Amino acid sequence: MVGIIGYGVYIPRYRIKTEKIAAVWGEDGENMAKGLGVFEKSVPGPDEDVATISVEAARNAVKRAQIDPTDIGAIYVGSESHPYAVKPTGTMVAEAIGCAPHMTCADLEFACKAGTAAIQVCMGLVKSNMIEIGLAIGSDTAQGRPGDALEYSAAAGGVAVLLGKKNAVATIEHTSSFTTDTPDFWRREGQAFPSHGARFTGEPAYFRHVGEGARALLEKTNTTVDDYDYFVFHSPNGKFPVAMGRQLGVPKEKLEDSLVVRQIGNTYSASAMMGLANVLDIADPGSKIFMTAYGSGAGSDSFVIRVEDEIVKRRGEVPTVQDYIERKTYVNYATYAKFRRKIKALG
Amino acid sequence: MSEKGVAQFWRKIKAIYTIQGDHCTTCDTYYFPPRVVCPECRRKGQLEKYTFKGLGEIHTFAIVRQAPDTFKRQIPYIVAQVELDEGARLTAQIVNCDIEDVHIGMRVRSCFRKITEYGESGIIVYGYKFEPTMKVTGHE
Amino acid sequence: MGKRVAIIGVGMSKFGELWDKSLADISLEAGMYAIFDAQVKGKDIDGLIIGNMSAGRFTGQEHLGAQAADWGGLGNLPAYSVEAACASGGAAVRQAYMAILSGEHDVMLVLGTEKMSDVNQSMAMDTISVASDWEWEGMFGATFPALYAFMARRHMMEYGTTEEQLSMVTVKNHKNAAHNPWAQFQSPVPLEVVMKSGLLADPIRVLHSSPISDGAAGLVMCSAERAKEFTDTPVYVESSKQAGDTLALHDRADICSMSAVVSSSRSALKEAGLTIKDIDVFELHDSFTISEIIITEDIGIVKKGEGGKAVEEGLTEIDGKFPVNVSGGLKARGHPIGATGVAQIVELALQLRGDAEKRQVDGVEKAMSVNIGGTGATSIVHILGR
Repeated sequence: MVGIIGYGVYIPRYRIKTEKIAAVWGEDGENMAKGLGVFEKSVPGPDEDVATISVEAARNAVKRAQIDPTDIGAIYVGSESHPYAVKPTGTMVAEAIGCAPHMTCADLEFACKAGTAAIQVCMGLVKSNMIEIGLAIGSDTAQGRPGDALEYSAAAGGVAVLLGKKNAVATIEHTSSFTTDTPDFWRREGQAFPSHGARFTGEPAYFRHVGEGARALLEKTNTTVDDYDYFVFHSPNGKFPVAMGRQLGVPKEKLEDSLVVRQIGNTYSASAMMGLANVLDIADPGSKIFMTAYGSGAGSDSFVIRVEDEIVKRRGEVPTVQDYIERKTYVNYATYAKFRRKIKALG
Repeated sequence: MSEKGVAQFWRKIKAIYTIQGDHCTTCDTYYFPPRVVCPECRRKGQLEKYTFKGLGEIHTFAIVRQAPDTFKRQIPYIVAQVELDEGARLTAQIVNCDIEDVHIGMRVRSCFRKITEYGESGIIVYGYKFEPTMKVTGHE
Repeated sequence: MGKRVAIIGVGMSKFGELWDKSLADISLEAGMYAIFDAQVKGKDIDGLIIGNMSAGRFTGQEHLGAQAADWGGLGNLPAYSVEAACASGGAAVRQAYMAILSGEHDVMLVLGTEKMSDVNQSMAMDTISVASDWEWEGMFGATFPALYAFMARRHMMEYGTTEEQLSMVTVKNHKNAAHNPWAQFQSPVPLEVVMKSGLLADPIRVLHSSPISDGAAGLVMCSAERAKEFTDTPVYVESSKQAGDTLALHDRADICSMSAVVSSSRSALKEAGLTIKDIDVFELHDSFTISEIIITEDIGIVKKGEGGKAVEEGLTEIDGKFPVNVSGGLKARGHPIGATGVAQIVELALQLRGDAEKRQVDGVEKAMSVNIGGTGATSIVHILGR
């Protein structure tokens, strides 16, 4: 059985409050925050990017898994804000964690589900014994167009997951996906900011793919919502996953621990994985987790995960999601715009 | 460093990504950056590669308020000499730290950050910076 | 060792932002003044050494020796540049000294020259910082002022040196430069203004730092036997010594002292058969005011740690026991990098000849210059006498 043998996260230090962004555009900040279910979001510093975030998360994962990094046979980094359009983030991560050169690597893109796609790729390589250990990373420094609704939620963070067969802290029992050509949110080559179909991103996109994907896996595994202790859905904001849960009949408590989006925003390729990591930080051995990540374009990846006894031994060595959430320094809109290079003249 | 030269930076990747230097087994001294020759022992020295743990303390520091274009966006920033636990000292920016809090003797650990980039179309140089040890660095 | 090499003529261009003049223009200007001052003929000169840090990066031109000889009308004169960062000028003087001592050359023209304003400030700062360990200090964010700030902060912590004392060096040097017609800045600056000036890298402020400058200085040097052919007031090089230290500041155990300065000044004094108390006037490298303070300690004017107090008590004023930088130093005279080491010698020669006019120190018999490169990786000391 393939499992998660280690995981690590990284969230940058800076935060900007929803109301600060709203004030610039003349919107009602308090209502905006409540309506979106996002109160503040993480902001990367000027010297941070998907590569640096991925390395910090990966180093945490390796530390938690207590493995020799040279045993990693593959690194896949999923993101929609890779530092290079051509030159994989994975190569920088490989050198930085000391697992180069006898391994394979590539970068992935599938909007917010590139990280879970990376998990599936690594699962296949591990299961088939092509590699011993795989590293899957979902990491983003997503950009929101100034003045657009997505500016309130587009955040930065990364989650690294090590897949292997020995000493798993959580076993991935099943995975399946649901993919269609649905143009809800996209970015053309060379464009600085993405575009989206506004309300079209709801029912025909997010809800359809997460809903159908989740139902399909439940059916395939002959399980119902009651068989799971925790649910994690991709969180573009604090409302969609809650509404999804209602549609599927998931009790609110089972969803609570995954909703870190409220305090850090949507970390795109890291979003669902960050919710999963937060759950793994606290879940008891024997717990069952159901996760569905969603990526625009569109597709969903669903997973059935069982928490193992091993997880208890590996807590305490490495900072938790909550540790990173609590570590924060607020910035104002001007500093945020400077850090995120939204000021044209700065280039 | 030549503005567009990639080899010059590529040659140092192990050193600047993982703080890999040298250890002279003859005089038991740790060196960073990596050396060609042990300055103490010269021809009698035996250098082997050594990756530093990345922990150390601040020996001295400065708050840079005027900087060339490559660092302009980050001012004011802290730059310091960090004395690594193994004995070698290097120069690096201190991040995740408010200017009022930095002090000589502060414990720090290395992190992976962007150092510079050669314009919008040039390569990005990554490397080490240091941050104060805290809960999210795995220390208390 | 005594008098084997003499300085028979000196010349300077003005130091400052010289928009109308190219590097070659100022080099030639200083060279010609030195030649006229020496009362030599062009054909008497048999070699040219140029001290220059980075004409390539500042102006795009290398091969300065050939250019200066050619454009100066000195045709096939053997000429080349030497480089030791901010000690390039001192290195050029030393090179000529050794060439004449060896007997290979008889009468040499020495130029120190730099033109820093042909690039914008950001590029100038980048070029200045290659005097340090650019790869392991500059590239990681340590600007050149930050490196001196490292030294200042430790010096303040270990010896109680104050920001006020750092600023008093500026006040002294500007006051002195008021009488130096070639100085970049010739007006006094009040202490409060220095202390309020913008920060470059805490605790170092803009007015603790030498400026970006254009300028050139020149000397004519010859063997001691021939000196009296040309002048009645030759000045002799009593010793010329150089020492080195690690390129990177972080490789030094104690950053409050420059061991290259300690070593080179000690051997220079030894060779000249003198103690520090015998020196009547000093040109000490004040790229930043903290470096003047540290150098006064390292050459032995005061004990380690007392450099700040010394300037506060007026020990290094023009009428003090150890007058330092009566020309205005790098801070007020200006610091066209390659020119500085030669300009220091020009000033000391004028002092020894009694030609320093309003900034003349009384009874100068012996003079010492300390010219350093980077954060002290190179130190070149000259002791001159009458």
